[in-house]
Amino acid sequence: MKKEKKKKVKNQNHTLPLLAMISPTVIWLFLFLVISLVYIIVISFMTKGPFGTIKWMPSLQSYIDFLNPVYLKVFRKSVEIAALTTVFCLLVSYPFAMALSKTTGKKKMLFMILLVLPFWINGLIRLNGWVNILRETGILNSLLMKIGLQPINFMYTDGAIVFGMVYAFLPFMVLPINNSLSKMDPALLEAASDLGAKKFRTFCRVTLPLSIPGIFSGTIQTFIPSLGAFYIADIMGGGNTMLLGNLIKNQFTSARNWPSGAAFSVVLIVFTLIVMKLYNKVGNPEDLV
Amino acid sequence: MTEKMDKKPIISLRNVIKKYGENLVVNKINLDIYQGEFLTLLGASGCGKTTTLRMIAGFEDITEGEIFLEDENMAGKPPYHRNVNTVFQSYALFPHMNVFDNVAFGLVEKKMKKAEIRKKVREVLELVQLTGFERRKPDQMSGGQKQRVAIARAIVNNPRVLLLDEPLGALDLKLRRQMQLDLKHLQQQLNITFVYVTHDQEEAMTMSDRIAIMNGGVFEQIGTAEEIYEHPKTKFVADFIGESNIFETSIHAVEEKMLKLIMEQGDVTVREQGFEVNEIAYLCVRPENIKISEFPVEGFNLKGIIKENIYVGSQIKTTIEMINGYLVKKTAFPDGDMKPAGSIVYLYWDDGKSVLMHTKEDKIYNYIESAEGGSIPS
Ligand SMILES: Nc1ncnc2c1ncn2[C@@H]1O[C@H](COP(=O)(O)OP(=O)(O)OP(=O)(O)O)[C@@H](O)[C@H]1O
Ligand SMILES: [Mg+2]
Repeated sequence: MKKEKKKKVKNQNHTLPLLAMISPTVIWLFLFLVISLVYIIVISFMTKGPFGTIKWMPSLQSYIDFLNPVYLKVFRKSVEIAALTTVFCLLVSYPFAMALSKTTGKKKMLFMILLVLPFWINGLIRLNGWVNILRETGILNSLLMKIGLQPINFMYTDGAIVFGMVYAFLPFMVLPINNSLSKMDPALLEAASDLGAKKFRTFCRVTLPLSIPGIFSGTIQTFIPSLGAFYIADIMGGGNTMLLGNLIKNQFTSARNWPSGAAFSVVLIVFTLIVMKLYNKVGNPEDLV
Repeated sequence: MTEKMDKKPIISLRNVIKKYGENLVVNKINLDIYQGEFLTLLGASGCGKTTTLRMIAGFEDITEGEIFLEDENMAGKPPYHRNVNTVFQSYALFPHMNVFDNVAFGLVEKKMKKAEIRKKVREVLELVQLTGFERRKPDQMSGGQKQRVAIARAIVNNPRVLLLDEPLGALDLKLRRQMQLDLKHLQQQLNITFVYVTHDQEEAMTMSDRIAIMNGGVFEQIGTAEEIYEHPKTKFVADFIGESNIFETSIHAVEEKMLKLIMEQGDVTVREQGFEVNEIAYLCVRPENIKISEFPVEGFNLKGIIKENIYVGSQIKTTIEMINGYLVKKTAFPDGDMKPAGSIVYLYWDDGKSVLMHTKEDKIYNYIESAEGGSIPS
């Protein structure tokens, strides 16, 4: 009897601080995520009023608008660019993450800092730096001409957009892969070698499979933001390429069509959720956290 | 045991040195390991056992010296080109593979046919009593089971030598005892050479054909359990293996195969050879060989007083304080010679039950097989 009472008191002691600890998070999430999300979903089913207002009359018009071939093309292009970005990001990140996971101590710190430091500077400024290097009369081309090579026109192409995105999302790919690789027991590589596997075989049979959770998580963390990013396409694409992110932004700003902007956002969110769901089915959901 | 061991070494270490930077970890060791032998590297933590094993496996390169596997110099040979396999202390099972794929790993690398792989894996799993576990992942198994998967994964490749680094270290005592016997039987059944690392002397004694006692990067002594226990070559070995009473002595006189020794505790005469007058030496007597008498015994002048008798079931442990305060340990069966605490006694032991050791070789002693004419059990 007495014991039970004690237990109860103890439990109460545990719940109270726990509530206190999580409630700010819950309130924050509620205020900034749930409310705005619900608001977006609601207005996506409303009608556009004159001068950018919302007429509170339910309609599916905004969703029907999205089926316009012009918008569908934008959507397809966005998925393409996001997929390309993810693939290139993975190709660049994997060797880097491998090197990173093998270093220790001060060297590792240095690598980490080099990786993350540029991201303390505003993304727009960094991108404009790249514009300066890559544009027709930029640093790269003047260097190329100095050594007698043809200048290249890389800026304002889809390639430039992918380049900008790979650059922007690199750490989101490197860090989870590095995380997976660092967790791996180095004795496993020795065991594989001991059992007759050469370096490449060891990579295929041990390293790569064990880093799949990192690849999954990195892929999601690259693919999804690159699907919605708009300023990179604006700057690196010079406004030549319209992506889903630009489209949504335009609907809210220049087109002053809030319901359709909201509807396109909902489409993007639903698409993202589907992608994640598919991913979770293939990969191990626990590792995606 | 003897007949299956032909005298040709399967592994030879020649003047092997390993340095990490300035840190000398293995200091010019020599060792021959024979076909079918169970050889144990025994020593305290940090003495270089793992390093030695890793050099044989090829994970660690050698600073100086040579390692031969079946007369072939292993210099520059990566692990995947050496016909040895390792059982890691942490097991190092591939966590993303089930038991079958773990065990089949080496066979797949050898590009063996699927049907043959299946047959071999089945056989080896039967051998380690893990039939039916094929589909289990390592994280769904107990420590003992993982251990057996690690062994199966190694022996399925039919290596010339199996290297085991404290493979039972993580198991509880009871399971460890059982696995010691299982491993020993497995080794005899397969007739594979085992090089086994442990810091547990009982384990080493139970399993090994020969034991190499390591200390500070050198071998103090290499021999059978009996040789090492009965005839320790150095003070370190006498101290490390079992319990010993070690007396510092000086050789007083050398008479026809007999030596007269002077020590602080008294004088004794022992049957030994190869010592010079005035040489300082260590005299080692095991506690179970110490005998006591009420009267002085010829050849011994060792007087002491019994401090206490402690019954530990099958044995009586007696402590005898000598004139200079040195405490002599003695063990006996309850029906053996025994005197109550406070009695004055004279110590003695039977001929050949003491070992006299040179002191100057105590630290730098480096065993060389050939000089010994081979120390394989016969
Ligand atoms: N990679 C390394 N770099 C530097 N020093 C090392 C390295 N590996 C081992 N050492 C040192 O070499 C010495 C011997 O190490 P080793 O692992 O061979 O000991 P051990 O006999 O296996 O000990 P234990 O019983 O604790 O496993 C230790 O002093 C250790 O600190
Ligand atoms: Mg070790």
